[in-house]
Amino acid sequence: MPVDRPNANLRPLSLHVPEPKFRPGDTVDFSDLAVPPAGAAPRPASDAAPDSFRDLAYGLVRVLGEDNRAVGAWDPKLSPDRLRAMLRAMALTRAFDERMYRAQRQGKTSFYMKSTGEEAVAVAAAFALLPDDMCFPSYRQQGLLIARDWSLVDMMNQIYSNRADRLHGKQLPIMYSVREKSFFSISGNLATQYPQAVGWAMASAARGDTRIAATWCGEGSTAEGDFHSACTFASVYRAPVILNVVNNQWAISSFSGFAGAEATTFAARAVGYGIAGLRIDGNDALAVYAATEWAAERARTNQGPTLIEHFTYRAEGHSTSDDPSQYRSAHEAAEWPLGDPIKRLKDHLIALGEWDEERQAAMDLELAETVKAAAREAEKNGVLGHGLHQPLETMFEEVFEDMPWHLAEQRQEMLDEAKAAGLEIGR
Amino acid sequence: MTRMNMIQAINSAMEVMMARDPAVVVLGEDVGYFGGVFRATAGLQKKFGKTRVFDTPITECGIIGVAIGMGAYGLRPVPEIQFADYIYPALDQLASEAARLRYRSAGEFTAPITIRSPFGGGIFGGQTHSQSPEGIFTHVSGIKTVIPSNPYDAKGLLIAAIEDNDPTLFFEPKRIYNGPFDGHYDHPVQPWAKHDGSEVPEEYYRIPLGTAKVVRAGEAVTILAYGTMIHVVSGVVAASGVDAEIIDLRTLIPLDIDTITASVEKTGRCMIVHEATRTSGFGAELAAQVQERCFHSLEAPIERVTGYDTPYPHSLEWAYFPGPVRIGEALKKILKD
Repeated sequence: MPVDRPNANLRPLSLHVPEPKFRPGDTVDFSDLAVPPAGAAPRPASDAAPDSFRDLAYGLVRVLGEDNRAVGAWDPKLSPDRLRAMLRAMALTRAFDERMYRAQRQGKTSFYMKSTGEEAVAVAAAFALLPDDMCFPSYRQQGLLIARDWSLVDMMNQIYSNRADRLHGKQLPIMYSVREKSFFSISGNLATQYPQAVGWAMASAARGDTRIAATWCGEGSTAEGDFHSACTFASVYRAPVILNVVNNQWAISSFSGFAGAEATTFAARAVGYGIAGLRIDGNDALAVYAATEWAAERARTNQGPTLIEHFTYRAEGHSTSDDPSQYRSAHEAAEWPLGDPIKRLKDHLIALGEWDEERQAAMDLELAETVKAAAREAEKNGVLGHGLHQPLETMFEEVFEDMPWHLAEQRQEMLDEAKAAGLEIGR
Repeated sequence: MTRMNMIQAINSAMEVMMARDPAVVVLGEDVGYFGGVFRATAGLQKKFGKTRVFDTPITECGIIGVAIGMGAYGLRPVPEIQFADYIYPALDQLASEAARLRYRSAGEFTAPITIRSPFGGGIFGGQTHSQSPEGIFTHVSGIKTVIPSNPYDAKGLLIAAIEDNDPTLFFEPKRIYNGPFDGHYDHPVQPWAKHDGSEVPEEYYRIPLGTAKVVRAGEAVTILAYGTMIHVVSGVVAASGVDAEIIDLRTLIPLDIDTITASVEKTGRCMIVHEATRTSGFGAELAAQVQERCFHSLEAPIERVTGYDTPYPHSLEWAYFPGPVRIGEALKKILKD
């Protein structure tokens, strides 16, 4: 029986599939991107109720203005020494990335991921957190470890999966684990660290501790269920956690529209959960510092979680396995209206009369040398090559605390086969 | 010693462990004030407080993810997944995170969590309250799987699981929460009080993971089973007069292979009974292990009695369930030559 449709004259339904503004070869024009002036956003008291500052989830907190001055209520008023230390950590992160990217291209390892253009997101956050606040990073926050003065050689050993790799060559390059620096083991699966960070923060609160947790994911991974589970838990238990969304515009080849950016901001996710939400200029180290400091104070005083969207740009490919020229305009990075985070902090220090181009150039040289020396040191322990740097039987270790018989049996099988084939066994 | 049913024994295990170790916390849907939909956590919140026993949002992914984070902090969480059928949203957190955290961090971080979850059918739960997904988890490296079949074992194994520093799935056969169901759905169920397995010490004790138990010694055939099926098999064996050796595996990973091979070498026949779907089920692994180790002792093909490779049906539950008729027929078949 035909259905009687009252709106029979409607046009057929159509499906909206998002499309980024620019593709390879396109001229880039970001002039329609709303960039409010630095210093314009109000800074609520750290105990203000989240629903009293919802606008901050839709705006953009900026501290460094076009004139390279720090302005407004969010200016964290850091000493020149602190600013220089932050600049140095960001520059070191970039130098490290350059070197390790090259190492991958030279065949010394299988995989690398740069954080170019996003250094402020990790480095300034690490400066604003306490050293024992627990970080649950994604794979692009190497700046946390560098800002916490972790050994570059140790990181490189991991990247090379070499004999000195503390993770025994078990994990993909750059998926560090550094308990000593309150840096959780990186998964590689997306947003899984989000509920884990919330759980850690809940445990800290349940135990009457003072430490808080912070976690990071990309804007693309906010689509994962884990993200939403984490936001629900964080909201329900008012967990002392900082939820960072690094909106670098691209999830491999999918622009932020595929995670919902055409409809609203990522910080606005916080509004639905009733938690504090901030959208900030992620290329402005002072804004990142100030937002993190504010969120940390909220967390430490039982005001609960804060979700911070860091609006930034992934200036390079997703990883060494990616070629962004295949899907986006090569001009985007240069045209990015929020500039480069290192240049902006450098220009700020120069504007303050606390730095100059000569010192910057000298520092860059020195850091390149530091990284080079670290790489030489790490390479003494071997580079990935064809792998096999660890004794074969270690493959079966650390699956469980104690090895069950079936793993011991498989290990023996492998060793017997290797021996029969005349292979070097190792240990 | 006192008489306990499965629920009481499981509750007692958690109570004992929470009193012994302040790091033990219990979380899950409805586990707090209400004490769980099966009452397994009844009274725990009142005794240990809301920061150690608490209700959670309805997100299994979140429950396990949060438990992993709590474990990384230094707690020893015992999350409950209300029905094993609901565990799939947590699969990534279990298979990719909890199970691999020790390995990927070379021991820097671990996931000392015990996931309790009622599983199995026989309660007219339809396809969303009846499944036996243990085979999905035994296929994942880095996670242990435990399934008790009586109150005494349930308490001792749960304590061992909670004390274990690796993630452990503790599947509770909900059909036998209140009594040892023998598969005769049209008969009244005996209460646990009449079964030896309901004698449970009130205090702490543990049954090491990875140890099977011979629940009936025999010479004619070895029957490997766990959970509810132990009681169904026992009923069939008693009624048939066959001198079968029944082995309650109790732990699937790690598996007590020595008890299995010793028995099959003695009997020369091996039958495997589980409620889970057949293809790639844990019975397939058992059959492979027995074939590899006991080939020359085998006098008949290994027999499997399992759930069918269909979703768990509602009205046809008792046709799907590996009940006394199916087990009895298989027993005749394996003993024929």
